[in-house]
Amino acid sequence: MSIHKLSLYDLHEKFTAGEVTATEIVRAYGLRIGQVESKVKAYITQAKDAAVAQAGALDTSLKGWRKTSPMMGMPLAIKDNICTEGMLTTCASRMLGNFVPPYDATVIAKLRAQGYLLLGKTNLDEFAMGSSTENSAVGPSRNPWNLQCVPGGSSGGSAAAVAADECAAALGSDTGGSIRQPAAFCGVVGLKPTYGRVSRYGLIAFASSLDQIGPITKDVRDAAFLLGAIAGHDPLDSTSADVPVPDYLKALKKKDLKRLKVGVPAEFFAEGLDAEVEQAVRAAIEELKSLGGEIKEIQLPRTDAAVAIYYVIATAEASSNLARYDGVKFGLRAKETKDLLELYMKTRQEGFGPEVKRRIMLGTYVLSAGYYDAYYGKAQAVRTLVRQDFESAFRDVDLIVTPVTPTPAFKFGAKGDNPLQMYLSDIFTISANLAGVPAISLPCGFSLDGLPIGLQLIGRPFEEETLLRAAYAYEQSTQWRAKKPMIR
Amino acid sequence: MIYEVVIGVEVHAQLRTKSKLFCGCGTVFGLAANSQTCPLCLGLPGSLPVLNQAAVEMAVRAGLALNCTIAADNLFARKNYFYPDLPKGYQISQYEAPICEHGWIEIASSEGKRRVRIRRAHLEEDAGKSVHVAGANGSRVDLNRAGTPLLEIVTEPDLRSADEVVTYLKGLRDVLMYQDVCDGDMEKGNFRCEPNLSLRPLGQKEFGTKVELKNINSFKFVKDAMEYEIKRQTKVLNEGGKILQETRLWNTDRGETAVMRSKEEAHDYRYFPDPDLVPLKISKEWIDQVRSSLAELPADRRNRLQQEFGFSEYSAGVLASDKNVLEYFEQCVAEAEKLGFSKMEVGKELANCITVDFRGLTRHGVTVTPPNPLLFDVNPYSEGILELTIIPEKNLLELVVMKMKGEISGPIYKAVLEEMINTRRPAAEIIDANGLRQVSDEGTIEKIIDEVLEKNPNQVAQFKEGKQQVLGFLVGQVMKASGGKANPGKVNELLKKKLGEAVKI
Repeated sequence: MSIHKLSLYDLHEKFTAGEVTATEIVRAYGLRIGQVESKVKAYITQAKDAAVAQAGALDTSLKGWRKTSPMMGMPLAIKDNICTEGMLTTCASRMLGNFVPPYDATVIAKLRAQGYLLLGKTNLDEFAMGSSTENSAVGPSRNPWNLQCVPGGSSGGSAAAVAADECAAALGSDTGGSIRQPAAFCGVVGLKPTYGRVSRYGLIAFASSLDQIGPITKDVRDAAFLLGAIAGHDPLDSTSADVPVPDYLKALKKKDLKRLKVGVPAEFFAEGLDAEVEQAVRAAIEELKSLGGEIKEIQLPRTDAAVAIYYVIATAEASSNLARYDGVKFGLRAKETKDLLELYMKTRQEGFGPEVKRRIMLGTYVLSAGYYDAYYGKAQAVRTLVRQDFESAFRDVDLIVTPVTPTPAFKFGAKGDNPLQMYLSDIFTISANLAGVPAISLPCGFSLDGLPIGLQLIGRPFEEETLLRAAYAYEQSTQWRAKKPMIR
Repeated sequence: MIYEVVIGVEVHAQLRTKSKLFCGCGTVFGLAANSQTCPLCLGLPGSLPVLNQAAVEMAVRAGLALNCTIAADNLFARKNYFYPDLPKGYQISQYEAPICEHGWIEIASSEGKRRVRIRRAHLEEDAGKSVHVAGANGSRVDLNRAGTPLLEIVTEPDLRSADEVVTYLKGLRDVLMYQDVCDGDMEKGNFRCEPNLSLRPLGQKEFGTKVELKNINSFKFVKDAMEYEIKRQTKVLNEGGKILQETRLWNTDRGETAVMRSKEEAHDYRYFPDPDLVPLKISKEWIDQVRSSLAELPADRRNRLQQEFGFSEYSAGVLASDKNVLEYFEQCVAEAEKLGFSKMEVGKELANCITVDFRGLTRHGVTVTPPNPLLFDVNPYSEGILELTIIPEKNLLELVVMKMKGEISGPIYKAVLEEMINTRRPAAEIIDANGLRQVSDEGTIEKIIDEVLEKNPNQVAQFKEGKQQVLGFLVGQVMKASGGKANPGKVNELLKKKLGEAVKI
């Protein structure tokens, strides 16, 4: 049995049945990470000894007693913008290169209470700003399917770690596609829950009204399993919703799409969509139909405005969220500054990378006196229209199906000199964040170059069950997940 | 040129909640630096604010007491600026939708009573404190205060003189303290004011250029700073100069204001709705509930006391000066009514006891009415009265009842009151321990009278010769001989009887 090849849920069953110990699990993953990490570079910080000790303590405390909580003994990787008490949390930024949080994010507290094993913190674009991990201060992660290609971003490290079997599953965060796009690029499953479904407490904010933590997993069942372990109302997060958490695994029982209406928005199949991607997604839509889904053409007319308003709202919030990195209280402090102003300026000059600076400047601009109404105010107004687009679409259909990305994973440097090109790689994922609705990305084929292609399903708020049911039915009726990358 | 002074005032009143506005940390003043902080207070990445409902209730309470309308839909906004004691790089405040709007407060001005309009009052969090140690390398930051709830109360430009500003501030502070929402201590910084002032030629409609004043931490400095600024601006205008829109700091030592920043240096705060907080809805039912629990306002209380008990303005003023004192008084009256006393009768005795005798004993010779109450930070009426609660209501009532029933004499009543203040023992205990209960027994009194008459044959002789005034002297001697305990009425009656007999003889 190769432990690292097992899905999270299968590993959980084996652990619960006593067929494998936590120590064995950690050892297996330690070996696997040792084999491939130098090529994939998924992690910023590896827990190593801490994970071994944790596993040992867990085995000792269990003493053969096998009634476990869902994530007990499960080896997970956590995106490095989620606070872990006592373990470096850097956001892939020089600014937080020395930051060890004194507290756990709520999702971590939940996982810790269940006895999970923290393997390490994964790479990302600095402060989750980017679509390739090329903006990471420690250098990019690589796509396990082709080491010359980006793994996507910003949760590129998490997606690469899952694809390379360097963890059983991972957590990412999604502000404009940062879970789904890397999941698609790396051929794994990524779920962005409804805004408010999972607590943001302890997630280092990029854009507070859009950020959401979610699972990145080897298959759909794992996504359902991990979502159940982290979801729920949190009194520490005012924007978390007080909505009961259903048993997401139960939602997988149906294995078909009978009586589900699936909307196909014309706007997502327009110019700029790679032919191979379109072909794969169209084929997937046929498959959804054969599984009993009723396919309907729908309109999401404000899709063309989504990228523009996203880059107004997200940057505005970011410019404010990132003001706290001033060299006064924690993180980087520039040396040899003669006064307060210079302390601020040098700290921020040295601490932030170019993309973060670009977004802070853009966000500051759109909020400034005289420009607020024209940019931020207008963007908020259009955001309401985008949300209404979805509301009206969801009166007719239960699900919306689209591509995740316009193209499969691109090569390093391919979009480096043109930020706008990079921004457009999120064009199909951004709308779900603006509308606050849940969306899942799962494999639906491969390009001729052997790169994974992703399928996106978007659902009604707090109807992750419907998403998971349809995604699982599709996954089970196809063989995409059987294919594993050769890391070389 | 004659100028009209136009003043508006911003007050930051610290709400007296137990915990901060957006986290569970305490709000105690004067603790060790940074001992009252959590990830949110420190601005640690990933921390999130959660609104304190108690602060919202206090804001609503204050707003209703200030005759404001309460917004059903409230938004919190971020006010962005950099400062070391502002840990998040923004302050959570309210911008477009303040919790209270369109209120007013009545003040006494030189032209009688009039209203000062309150434009808005909004909730916001306080910043921390930068500590600059002389000679030290760098500064220190204490974030204990960061996140403490403030209500920022802004008037329309309705005030016309330094005295009016002080009157307004005192009135406002009274209201907030009466509603138990603010401690009102300017020196501790929990009631801070920032007036803005402009001049315009008398009769002109347009406002002049306004100057904002900061760093004023007592009512006296408010008056000084305003008067300085009026003089300064008048001089500039009279010399043909222009007033610049700027923020000026009051320098207490120098007694003058100096520029802190000009309009050009003013911040662009880039307000926008805080995405970490959901819009706050306040239901009409809840507002009504708070309204029904509002404390009676100082002016209303004074009027009511004058009407119900026929009190002088002074007595009513003292009794209404503090909520606890008034509750104490009313508790005593209620108890006395149960014992069968009439409200008016016992009320008058109690009021005398509290406002004259008690206060006289605790104020230690401070003149009763300060020459200009505006110059005093403490409410002049409440001075010397706040300690009243050291005597339990039933004990004070017991003393007053004994006096009313004639069980103790006036001088003894005062001595016992003083003893009660000093020892906190109940009246009866003091009286019994010292044998001070009034003596009305005729035999005992007659015995004392006989002794006094025997010792004062000259006075007796004078009385016999028709000198009636001597009676007073003899009464005094009898009272003295009884240790003040003899019932004066009885002494008078019996003494007259005895002397009469003596005359007949």
